[in-house]
Amino acid sequence: MSFDFSTTLGGAWFPTPLFTASGCASSGKELAQFFPLREIGAVVTKSIMLKPRAGRPTPRMAETPSGMLNSIGLQGPGIDAFLVEDIPWLAAQGARVIVSIAGETAEEYGVLARKLRGVSGISAIEVNISCPNVENRGLVFACDPNSASEVVKSVRGIIGGELPILAKLTPDVTNIASIASAVIRAGADGIAMINTVLGMVINTETMRPHLGGKTGGLSGPAIRPIAVRAIYQVREALPNVSILGMGGVASGKDAFEMILAGASGISIGTASFGDPSAVYRIQNELREILIGKGFASVKEAVGYAHRANVTEGE
Amino acid sequence: MPINKHATQIRSIILSNRRIGVYHQIVLEVGDVVKYIKPGNFIAISVGGETSRMVLRRAFAISRTSDKGTVELIIAPYGGGSKWLCAQSEGTYVDVITPLGTAFGIPTEPVTALLVGGGYGSAPLFGLAEVLKSRGCRVIMALGASTAAKIYAPIEGKRSVTSLKIFTEDGSAGEAGRVTDSLPQLIEEHEVRVIYSCGPMPMLEALSEIAVAADIAHQCAVEESMACGVGICMTCVLPVKNANGKIKNLRSCIDGPVMDGESVQWRLVGQQL
Repeated sequence: MSFDFSTTLGGAWFPTPLFTASGCASSGKELAQFFPLREIGAVVTKSIMLKPRAGRPTPRMAETPSGMLNSIGLQGPGIDAFLVEDIPWLAAQGARVIVSIAGETAEEYGVLARKLRGVSGISAIEVNISCPNVENRGLVFACDPNSASEVVKSVRGIIGGELPILAKLTPDVTNIASIASAVIRAGADGIAMINTVLGMVINTETMRPHLGGKTGGLSGPAIRPIAVRAIYQVREALPNVSILGMGGVASGKDAFEMILAGASGISIGTASFGDPSAVYRIQNELREILIGKGFASVKEAVGYAHRANVTEGE
Repeated sequence: MPINKHATQIRSIILSNRRIGVYHQIVLEVGDVVKYIKPGNFIAISVGGETSRMVLRRAFAISRTSDKGTVELIIAPYGGGSKWLCAQSEGTYVDVITPLGTAFGIPTEPVTALLVGGGYGSAPLFGLAEVLKSRGCRVIMALGASTAAKIYAPIEGKRSVTSLKIFTEDGSAGEAGRVTDSLPQLIEEHEVRVIYSCGPMPMLEALSEIAVAADIAHQCAVEESMACGVGICMTCVLPVKNANGKIKNLRSCIDGPVMDGESVQWRLVGQQL
């Protein structure tokens, strides 16, 4: 029996449902040593900003039980260098690419979208409106439905129907489904979630916050149940919207759980830090599990945890 | 240019694990990949086993290699990951990735080199000393630590060293004081042309100033905490001045661990650029 491992996100087709997570694969080159990038669903790049950015001071990392805090602050080369150096290289590898973008204002996202429009070799745009490592929490657009919508409108206004837009959301809100509904109304084609959860570690030797940026984003298996819950809630509220799920997935079983909750694609982040071949390994594990459970395709399994109880006895 | 083009992920067996003073000497079988490992390169090891709550790989300096396909590490069991590794017995398999990062540059002429190690930072310097000696260099080594038990200087490693000086802050071995104190004089006396170093950051910073004052090269192996070791997490950055005078945050796993001491902006470490 043939098994269909392909998936779609906001209308874009991918041969497998396994992706890197933005900020956890740089621009792909570093992982290419460990598996062929063209054999996964897509590389989701680090979030690119308009200008080169130095990021936050060190220490930028603290390992926590089953997870880690990071405080990178979107270090990167800026969109112009990225388009010259990284996109052509990824295209040459035969990799599909989802470009993640981040800005300080809604207008800046629009400018980034204008620079990406017409660039060949891009499958979708992830609009990162939820990076926790910014100076002003008020600038985390995804904490407020109106600010989140404004950013998505700004990008949608530039990008017509040619490229799907995924809005990346934070779970650090009272009602994530309402934020998801707002960005979909504003023109997003899908949701990427979850971003890291805001946290802090205090160094008991120095007796001060350990991270240079004081607060950081918590990731890894520690936050997986939060991600599963958030995905389940958004799927429930918006059953026709595609979700790129992420948050602590470290095995094929974890990925399967997120698909059952409603994700059509899975991004692997922190697991790649512990194992640079994690995306590839988890992809193989997930395929085995889906086939083993008798699914004929990924699509069949998406949101399967939501099925009505009456079908249980079948 | 490909990044870490020889890096290989392998299941590696622990051939031996011995306590040496406050450290553990662990020998791992890595097979053919050993031929690509150069002094300064490091190895990243998955720790804690499958059910571990430690999700990040640990980076360790490689002290020596052998043409039988083995690498030797000198590890201080300090944090959860290194304690776990030091508690593993011979015959245990661990998931390793090597070689990673930059290597020490070897002089093209047989000059006099000064190798300075702080604590277990001396470990990779013994492998380097062997290579330098085989190229006809004179090797002067100066090791420092807070106390005698923290000096790592194996007898077999000393063969490649022309002269060895030891300093402890409490005076329990060698001369009392810091390793850096007597170096300017030593550099002049022996006409040292290059410094190689590995150890804590304040020592590397002090050595960089000494090297600039003496107008000689200084290659240091930095130790900044890493989440991945392969260049994707961006946590291990250090501020480094490039040829155009611009200061950028560079990854110590990809652009290091061996860096030019003069280019690293030590005073900007931990500052917002």
